[in-house]
Amino acid sequence: MAVALTWPPPPTRFGLLRRVSDRLYRTPRLLLALLLVPPLLWFGVFYLGSLFTLLANAFFQIDEYSGRVVRELTLKNFAALAEPANLDVALRTVTMAALVTLASVGLGFPVAHYMARHTSGATKALCYIAVMLPLWSSYLVRVYAWKLLLAKEGAVSWLAAQLHLGWLLDALLALPVVGGNSLSFSPLGTFVVFVYLWLPFMILPIQAAIERIPSSLLEASGDLGAAPHETFRSVILPLAWPGVAAGSILTFSLTLGDYIVPQVIGDSTLFIGQVVSLQQGVAGNIPFAAAFSLVPIVVVGAYLWFVKRQGAFDAL
Amino acid sequence: MTAAVALERVSCEFGSGPNRVRAVDAIDLALEPGEFFTLLGPSGSGKTTCLRMIGGFTLPAAGRILIGGVDMTMQPPYARPVNTVFQDYALFPHMTVRENVAYALMVRGTGKAERERRADALLDMVRLPGLGERRPAQLSGGQRQRVALARALINQPQVLLLDEPLGALDLKLREQMQGELKALQKSLGITFLFITHDQHEALSMSDRIGVIDRGRLEQVGTPRAIYDTPATRFVARFVGAANLLDGEPARRLTGHAAALLRPERIGLANGHDARATGTVTDVQYYGAFLRVTVDVGGARISADLAAAGALPEPGAQVALRWDAGAVHPLAADAR
Repeated sequence: MAVALTWPPPPTRFGLLRRVSDRLYRTPRLLLALLLVPPLLWFGVFYLGSLFTLLANAFFQIDEYSGRVVRELTLKNFAALAEPANLDVALRTVTMAALVTLASVGLGFPVAHYMARHTSGATKALCYIAVMLPLWSSYLVRVYAWKLLLAKEGAVSWLAAQLHLGWLLDALLALPVVGGNSLSFSPLGTFVVFVYLWLPFMILPIQAAIERIPSSLLEASGDLGAAPHETFRSVILPLAWPGVAAGSILTFSLTLGDYIVPQVIGDSTLFIGQVVSLQQGVAGNIPFAAAFSLVPIVVVGAYLWFVKRQGAFDAL
Repeated sequence: MTAAVALERVSCEFGSGPNRVRAVDAIDLALEPGEFFTLLGPSGSGKTTCLRMIGGFTLPAAGRILIGGVDMTMQPPYARPVNTVFQDYALFPHMTVRENVAYALMVRGTGKAERERRADALLDMVRLPGLGERRPAQLSGGQRQRVALARALINQPQVLLLDEPLGALDLKLREQMQGELKALQKSLGITFLFITHDQHEALSMSDRIGVIDRGRLEQVGTPRAIYDTPATRFVARFVGAANLLDGEPARRLTGHAAALLRPERIGLANGHDARATGTVTDVQYYGAFLRVTVDVGGARISADLAAAGALPEPGAQVALRWDAGAVHPLAADAR
């Protein structure tokens, strides 16, 4: 028996919007071009443009008497970078960035692993909020809050005293190089605050990488005789490595470029960001500031090359 | 003889409170050494949970699991002498094919030269010679399946667990792999526990089949016993096509309270040997045969007829015949 089916007649009148949609559907390249032109313009003009201006400025110099920028190519700024005082700043900053990155991996990995493998639904949402909550408040507020927490009369030393651990705090502060008058006036304090600030940027990429590992891979590893620590070393870590690399690029470059934290918390030794800020703001020596700000770019470039060689992106 | 694997009153539950589901319900099962045993059931029947409990990935709520006579109920996967071929193959994407196959040896600390020699030998055995340097992503589905097989066999397990390993392959490749798997199992002599929802696969490959539904084993037996003499209605319906007759039509046509009649055992009667007459309601073409549905006094009976010669059309009156031995009585009150 035949069932009579009727269709509504196809629409005959098309609006302008419909014609545009049809045209874009037939020419996907045009659509792609329309979507990509604005961000590419933005990226090309503002980002690459300013980067090249920076690069060009690094090869100029300042007239020592008039304080005006002389547009003649010279390597003087780079020679100045090699002076012991400036090398010291660069080395201190890179060391700090490396240590902050290592500590963030150490603290962030277990959190990321827990979030990725042991939570779901509401618990996972809660974890996301907990990790990102600090980012909802102003960076400056948090840095100054840490200054109070770490001060000699602050909460941390009070807590240490209550726990009868004042001696431990004093011993830490008595350490050469990293110690100081109080936590808020020591490189140790700078380190603690940096780790606090950038930890979310380490946790989230690692969490995403671990979440992408199918659980059957972990079961297969166990099935083939690997105890959990061997599965971690042979399967989880290599597959989470792109996340660690991404997170470490963030924590590393954020630390390299920061000039607020070492200014508020720490002894008065300078970091790269502070020198750049002083040179271009106070001293008005934009060429030297430009040359100095190339240091983090070169260091991060070298770091990227290094992690690529380590195979961090093979699993992508 | 010690069973290769024995499940004793094994149960498994998921969830908690009102959402609790009993995935496996007090199953008893013993696999003989060297047999090809298939757990056959629909999705959600608990067959994969059984395999996962034997592999150690899921722990049972009750019961005991013995592997080679040793109680392994609560042992972790890495302590069990069984290996698994996973449904999605679970190959390590960051390792080469050779490293994947040699993984179990690497974990045990076998030297690199020995590892590579044995991995290459296994790759030869699964007919993938020379592909050791590739990454899993560079292989086809069938090739990945073979790598997963080689990887699971390198430790020479007592029992190989296969979780719907052929499910992702297309029909031709699946049939080819069925033959190869069976031949491999024969030549290695190890016990295979094969999980599938495909009755054809189960019937053609297995020494014995266990049919599972809603966490319970409905029947265990040879493929022939499962097909010809199903213990329950579920087995009769799930394995092969079935005419299930009940009540008055069953008594009238077969003399039993309930009975199974396979469509391929029914033919067209030529006059004197008719057991039933009725009206053709539907004809489906399957290539090798036609499935003709006949309304016999209110009961619908399907008959598979060779697709040759004059064939009935819908509406035609036909007479059907079958041998007395084609009728398999079922319990009237069976599930």
